[in-house]
Order: sequence, then C-alpha cells, then structure tokens
Amino acid sequence: MPTTHATTPTPEAAAEAVNNRSGTRIRLTDVSKDFGLPEPAVDTISLTIEPGEFMTLLGPSGSGKTTTLNLIAGFETLTTGSIMFDGGDVSALPPHKRNLGMLFQNYALFPHLTVAQNVAYPLRERRLPKARITEKVGQVLELVQLTGRDKHYPSQLSGGQQQRVALARAIVFDPNALLLDEPLGALDRNLRGTLQQEIQRIHRELGSTFVFVTHDQEEAMNLSDRIALFNKGRLEQVGTPEALYATPETLFTARFLGDSNVFDIADAKGVTSGSAVAWEGRTLAVEAGTVSPRVTAGEPAALVVRPEDMRIATTPDEVPSGANHVSATVRQLDYLGSYRTAVLSLGGGGTVGRARLAPQEGGLRVGQAVTAWWHVDRQRVVAL
Amino acid sequence: MTLQPTQSPAAMKEPATLPPSQSPSATRRTRGRARGIDPIPWWLKLVVALVAVYLILPTVFVIPMSFGSTRSFAFPPKNLSLDLYRNFFTDPDWLTSLRNSVVVGLLAALIATIVGTAAAVGLHHLQGKPARILRALLMIPLVTPAIVVAVAVYISFLKWHLVGTVQGYVLAHAAIGVPFVLVAVTSALSGFDSTLLRASASLGASPLRTFSRVTMPLIGKGILSGAVFAFVTSFDEVVIALFLRDPTFQTMPVQMYNSVTYEIDPTMAAASSLVVVVVTVVCLVLQYLGSRTKTR
Repeated sequence: MPTTHATTPTPEAAAEAVNNRSGTRIRLTDVSKDFGLPEPAVDTISLTIEPGEFMTLLGPSGSGKTTTLNLIAGFETLTTGSIMFDGGDVSALPPHKRNLGMLFQNYALFPHLTVAQNVAYPLRERRLPKARITEKVGQVLELVQLTGRDKHYPSQLSGGQQQRVALARAIVFDPNALLLDEPLGALDRNLRGTLQQEIQRIHRELGSTFVFVTHDQEEAMNLSDRIALFNKGRLEQVGTPEALYATPETLFTARFLGDSNVFDIADAKGVTSGSAVAWEGRTLAVEAGTVSPRVTAGEPAALVVRPEDMRIATTPDEVPSGANHVSATVRQLDYLGSYRTAVLSLGGGGTVGRARLAPQEGGLRVGQAVTAWWHVDRQRVVAL
Repeated sequence: MTLQPTQSPAAMKEPATLPPSQSPSATRRTRGRARGIDPIPWWLKLVVALVAVYLILPTVFVIPMSFGSTRSFAFPPKNLSLDLYRNFFTDPDWLTSLRNSVVVGLLAALIATIVGTAAAVGLHHLQGKPARILRALLMIPLVTPAIVVAVAVYISFLKWHLVGTVQGYVLAHAAIGVPFVLVAVTSALSGFDSTLLRASASLGASPLRTFSRVTMPLIGKGILSGAVFAFVTSFDEVVIALFLRDPTFQTMPVQMYNSVTYEIDPTMAAASSLVVVVVTVVCLVLQYLGSRTKTR
C-alpha cells in the first residue's frame, strides 16, 4: 500500500504540498487531565500539530491518547495547561464552538435522518442557504464515493458505507481539523485497508490537519506524517514513523513499534562513555551514534536489535569481525508466508529472541546451537 | 434459522427466477419464518385467553349496561336505548366535570412530561449513587398508597388555599404522573447512543439544538407514551380528587362516584363506556404510530 511518508517527493511536488496545506496548527502546552484517580489520565503533555499534518496519537489502552483527543475536541475540560488553534486559545470553548470534524468508532450517524440529512446537519447549524447546502452535500458525497445513496437511512448501509457518510459529514463544513477516534476499529481487515487509503486520499485532497487516535501500530505507521506515542499519560516519543522505528529512545517505543530482541543492561556506564557493555558476562560493542540521548550512566538500559537485523551463523567463524554476537539455540521455526522467522534462546537461555531468516539461511533445525550476530550500527541502546 | 431436510414443494417451484446458488437458502429462510420457529402450544394460548378475559370482562360489562334505561342499573339491559348518553351530553354537571377532568389532565400531563423528561435525561447522564437515590425519590408517588398522598396533599393544600382549585388538582396530579413519564423516557433512553450527542456538538450544535434535533426525535415515542400515561393517570384519579373537591369544582371520577353513592344514576354507565372507548382508541393509535416509525 502506498504511503505518503514512504514516497520520496520531487521538490516541485513537495512545494505544492506545502502550499496546499491550509489546515490549522494545534498547540497543546503543559496539558493535564486528572479524573481524581491515583494517576492523572494525561500528565503535562506539550505537543504541536502542524497545519495540514496527519498526526497519530498512538498507545495502549489507558495511555491517555483518547483523553487527549477529547481535550482537543472540548468533550473534557483541562485540569491544567492550554490548547491553541492557530494562536487562538480555545481552552475554555465548548465543543460546538471549536469547528472540528470528528469520526467515531461506532460512526455516530443520526439514525432518524437520511444520508443527505446527516451530511447537511452541520451546514443547517451554520444556516447556509438551502441551494448551497444541496450543492455541498452533493460534492462531498461524490468525494467519499456515495453518490446516489442520499435517500438511504444509516441502517440500510454497510459499516464501511456508514463510516464514509460520517467522514462526509465531518468534512463538509471545512472544519479547523478532523479528529478521528479509532474510526476503523469496528471494520473487518479488508475494509479497514480500503478505508485507510480513502482517509489518506481525502487528507491529501483537503490538506487539512488530521488527528488520528489508534492502538494499532501498523495503521499508525501506514497513515501518519508523525506519530505521538503515549505511555501512562505521558508522551513517550514524537516523530515520523521511520524515526520511531529506526531510532527509538526508550524500550517502550522499541517494543510498541515492531518486534525487538532485547538485551538487558544493568548499568549504562559503558554505553555513555561510548565503548562497550556487559551482558551475561559477554562484552557487546557500542557505537556512540546508536545510543539514545535518554540513557544515563548508572541507570539500567537495554540494547535492542530488530529481527530483520539479527543474522544467524551456524559456526562462529562465519561472524564478520567487529559484529556483536551471542550464542543461541533455535527453539522454533515459524513460516509466515513471504518470510520465515526463527525463535531463539539467546545466551544462557533466559532471553527469547527472534530473527527474520534470509532465503539462504535455510537449513536450520529446532534445537540446533548457532551464533546470533548483528552489525554494531544496526543496534540501538535505549532507556527503560 | 431451522434447516429443513428436503425442499418443500413450494420451494421447488420458485427458484426459476433466482440465481441457482442463492435460491435454496433464501427460500428456506422465509419458509422457516412464515411457519414460526417455535409454535406456541395450545394450552399456553388457553391461559392467555383466560387471563385476557379476566382482565377485560369487568370493563366490557359496562358497555351493554350503558345502552339500558334511565331508571336503574341492569344487566343485561331490558330494552336498548341511547337515553343514558342523551343524559350525559345534556346534563351540565356531567359536562362540566368532563371538561374539568380534561383540562386538569392535559395541564398535569404537560407538567409531568416536562419534569419527567428532564429528570430522565439528567439521570441518564448522572452515574452512581446520587442518580439511584434521586430516581428512587421520583418514583415514590408510584408506590405510596393513594390515600396517604391524598391526606398529605389535602393538609398542605388547605394551608395554601389550593383545595378546590384547578391549580391544586394540576399540581397534585402532575406529581403522581412524573414516575410514568420517567419510566417511559428512561426506557427510551436506554437504547440511545450518547456518542450522538458528541457527534452533534462536534458538528456545531449547541446542547439545546442537539436536544431538539437529535434527542427529542429519537426518544419522542417514549415521551409521548409517558405523556399519555400521565394524562390517563390524572383522568381516572379518584382518591386525591375526592379530598380536593369543592362544590364548584369536581372532576369526572368524583362525579361518577357521587352518582353511584348518592343518586344511583345509571348515566354513570354511559360515562364509563365513553372513557373506556376513548382511552382504548388513544392507546391503539399510539401503538400504530409506534409500529410505523419502527418499520421505517
């Protein structure tokens, strides 16, 4: 599936893209929300969502991503901090005055209104003339490819079609931004893919700011310009999908986005001095460039290696000089269609690892003693 | 869906018009539904019939009696006439009491509907213990013996000079109507998806606009049936009405009570029949409206 971030745009295209961006900048400053529970739901978050950006709030359930979205929408009041739209403070505005489109997981279409009446709802609230409403409803239904369904009631449509109606209704009034609260959660896998592309296309065509909440890391990687990763009410890391995947700063980020082989390091002293660390009595080399800035000497840390960077050598001589390596035992071989992975016990046995196998690494069998190795520049030392 | 071992003759004839891959299962499904998946046993039907007769018979007795003569109550009536109805519609006492009852009933239902709907919507958003306590408080008039309410109302209304006034009747009857509206609207709200309120707000509608454009249309059936219940409750309320009556202001149930206890006036049979017919028609119309909006 094509993604906006994966394509390398030509300078002309990039310039056009920047010029097209007409969305609103959303700036959260020291935002907190406390429901009176032991831990605040959102804890002093600062985040700027750029005009026209597709920003995903990603995290496990209970991490504060949905509460943050509700704070932006105005459904929850701030405990501390402020929210600005393009320099205007909206912290005290009720939701109906914030001019934001919103998509919900259960579509939230008005069951007593037809498709056309649902889409016309925000326009009637804004007292547009009748002819103008009819015209805009027609245009937006064309944009979401639902022309001809305008007389249907929501209950007569499929889940995918209902979410398209909700999308049309949420963008027809040119809102400051579109907030999407796990809008694809209720759809099956195939439909989800189609609607992902649809949402991406509409984001490109409108050029407005999208704030998308999900717990699905694949969805986040696919759609986003940037991802804000939440953990326990705090922002763990903000960056492009590539940045989060390739240069995680914490073990949480490394684990949440993709698989990782994790080597626990009791004391990061050797890491911060840029030489080497000890793991189960072995010495692992470290390059200064691969150490997260959040790692501090004297604190525990972790060395992580992605499964696709983990290589397997049947004899120690096959390991290139300078590469880090540990002994391993093959525990299991998984066939996953386009590739295979080996599940390994690393070192003394306690650490479970995973390696994606290259086609030439064919002749492994379960129980075999091997050497797992990787290039020093493909690892990453992260804070816990 | 029930599975039938072989195709029935009807199913064999039809599939010509349908695509071959679809026809058997589609036909089977409609056949299963038409036949009834679990037929009701005959003895259960008998029980239903007995209960229905037990409930309806006393009410139905009064209708033949209303076509009797003006001299006395008789069942079956000896000679059929419309004399009792003529009496009812010409006697100013009966007509005034009917008008009083309708006015009190409509006003009481109006107040009960507004208060009960507001309470139901408010309690729907409120969670936990306070909501349960408030709900229980509002339901008190439903479980308190009528005579207790009547005496309490009478004593306080004496002080406030509300005995024998329209306002007094309306206030007292509105209070006993609130629980009916509360129950009806609460059950309508139980199927109401509250994310619709958020959706409406995000689309630019104020809470008041949201209520009139989203909440009202979706729970309107509940509000209407609550209002009808409140009206009927007031219309046939007799205990409080007996305490609040005044020579210058009586409701129809009080007039009916008087006509039996003091005058032995068979016009009461005509009055009762009218009430039964009108209430039944209103309920049937409501049912019809309800089923019509559902099939849309």
